[in-house]
Amino acid sequence: MKLFARLLLVALSAALLFGCASTTPKDGAAVESRDGAADGAGTSGAQQGGTSGDALNDPSSPLYKKIVYFDLDSSEVKQEDRATVSAHAKHLADNPEELVTLEGHADERGSREYNLALGERRGNAVRQLLMAEGASAKQIQVVSYGEEKPVDAGHEESSWSQNRRVEFVYSSR
Amino acid sequence: MFRRLLLLGLLVLLLPMGLARAALTIEITEGVEAALPIAIVPFGVEGGALPEDISAIVAADLRRSGRFAPLPEKDLLARPHEKAQINFADWRALGVDDLVIGKVAVTGPGQYAIQFQLFDVFRAAQLTGFRFTSGVAELRNVAHQISDIIYEKLTGERGAFATRIAYVTASPVVNKVRTYALQVADADGYNPQTIMTSKQPVLSPAWSPDGTRLSYVSFENRRAQIFIQDIASGRRELIASYPGLNGAPAWSPDGRRLALTLSKDGNPEIYVLNLASKALLRLTSNPAIDTEPTWSPDGGTLVFTSDRGGRPQLYKMPANGGNAQRVTFEGEYNARGVFSPNGEKLAMVQGQGNSYRIAVLDLKTNTMSILTTRTLDESPSFSPNGSMIIYATNDNVHGELAAVSVDGRVHQRLVLQEGDVREAVWSPFGRPLEVQPTQP
Repeated sequence: MKLFARLLLVALSAALLFGCASTTPKDGAAVESRDGAADGAGTSGAQQGGTSGDALNDPSSPLYKKIVYFDLDSSEVKQEDRATVSAHAKHLADNPEELVTLEGHADERGSREYNLALGERRGNAVRQLLMAEGASAKQIQVVSYGEEKPVDAGHEESSWSQNRRVEFVYSSR
Repeated sequence: MFRRLLLLGLLVLLLPMGLARAALTIEITEGVEAALPIAIVPFGVEGGALPEDISAIVAADLRRSGRFAPLPEKDLLARPHEKAQINFADWRALGVDDLVIGKVAVTGPGQYAIQFQLFDVFRAAQLTGFRFTSGVAELRNVAHQISDIIYEKLTGERGAFATRIAYVTASPVVNKVRTYALQVADADGYNPQTIMTSKQPVLSPAWSPDGTRLSYVSFENRRAQIFIQDIASGRRELIASYPGLNGAPAWSPDGRRLALTLSKDGNPEIYVLNLASKALLRLTSNPAIDTEPTWSPDGGTLVFTSDRGGRPQLYKMPANGGNAQRVTFEGEYNARGVFSPNGEKLAMVQGQGNSYRIAVLDLKTNTMSILTTRTLDESPSFSPNGSMIIYATNDNVHGELAAVSVDGRVHQRLVLQEGDVREAVWSPFGRPLEVQPTQP
């Protein structure tokens, strides 16, 4: 009987949590998140625009490209992506009100927490380059999702190479 | 199409209320040739019907362990419920070594008295026997405790049937949204309970040593944060929300501290958080990735993943700080180490080329064995008796769970009906029920 009551409690609390899991928890340490975005914003940076979003959404602009890709277990920005990163650095330097979240991702192989760290390292590598070319630290936030948000659900290199990435997600102050 | 969406919507709504019973089914895919033949006679029932078939649960537990071969019910010659009814010669002729009999009396509304006896068929002697009283909700648990007692008597090793597993599920993607859930179920996959759900990833669940709480990493605020949740009350606390990563929580064996990974100082380092005082002790200081701490059972040592030597490998260091020493040298990639309950082995994810498998390093002999055969195996967790390792795998369509005996001989598959299931962690031993010995 006691156990049943306990199970009921678990079920009830689960239902309650479901209702509030996406809100900011009341207790514990402060939430540092700057974007504070609620569910549903998604991670498809390519479709999100900022305030000065014309160039960001113009397919002929170098700013249109908002994803850079990485080799296995590497956080080195590839030569072919340097121009993209430079364009975003210039855009940030020219538009101090622009904020960007660099979302770091890894492919599914290996352990989840190591991949979380790897995604952060990729985000930080892009951040370093942006700052070296004039963007301000205050404009850039790095969030790693590790292997948790693949863009391609397949289990071979053609999928993995799409998933090892950093996405530029813009928002304005 | 609309109706299907509506149905899905309803399912999503019902899921967290525990009404949808997406039970895990467990099947044994590879057993031991020398499994012990045992006869488990369906228990007699007096005074009413039973909501659970206790003897069937016991037989399923023992079969699943891979160490026992329960006689099929149709091959049973007789159905004794008491010692006086047993003709041992008949059972010897069937080639079974051991015999389990029992009976259940309905003693009141939803109240049961259960007794069982285990006999050595060749010596015609009782090996053990107990009597339990139980309500409806504890009946399956009583069955698992009977399995534990039989298993320990016959193998000399403590049983881990009356335990639970926590795991993470991810629903199929509906309108670009996945629902992630942290769930807890009995070790045989029954009674799944949803502990929390989120539209953002949930990972790295870890049991408190007393089995009452889970720590986990949740992205519900769009970044990795660590929570601790009390399972019975659902109450939870935000434990770590520093800038950067907050990940890989691991309870100290005394339950007072949490080892974790934080990147607030620039890159991922191992810290130990005192849960009462909230004091943080930084243990590593290295420009490489340091993550996935795990405590030795004596609490003296932490093993963690680091790529300070190039690729990820396991390292160890004193739990209160000091120099780190490399532990793994075999395999290109070793990560997510976890100690066996007796501290003599380390299980890990080992990567070689495109294959990521579960490996075990024997710390006494320094020998590494690879226990699994697929290519995307991860997150190993020992059963509390150290006999099995549960891990996540992928059949190229779904993430699913599997278990393997530490000697690599017994393989089980745990299948969830829909979506992905991953990151199972085995609970500590539960509190035993009060029992009375049954007289021979």
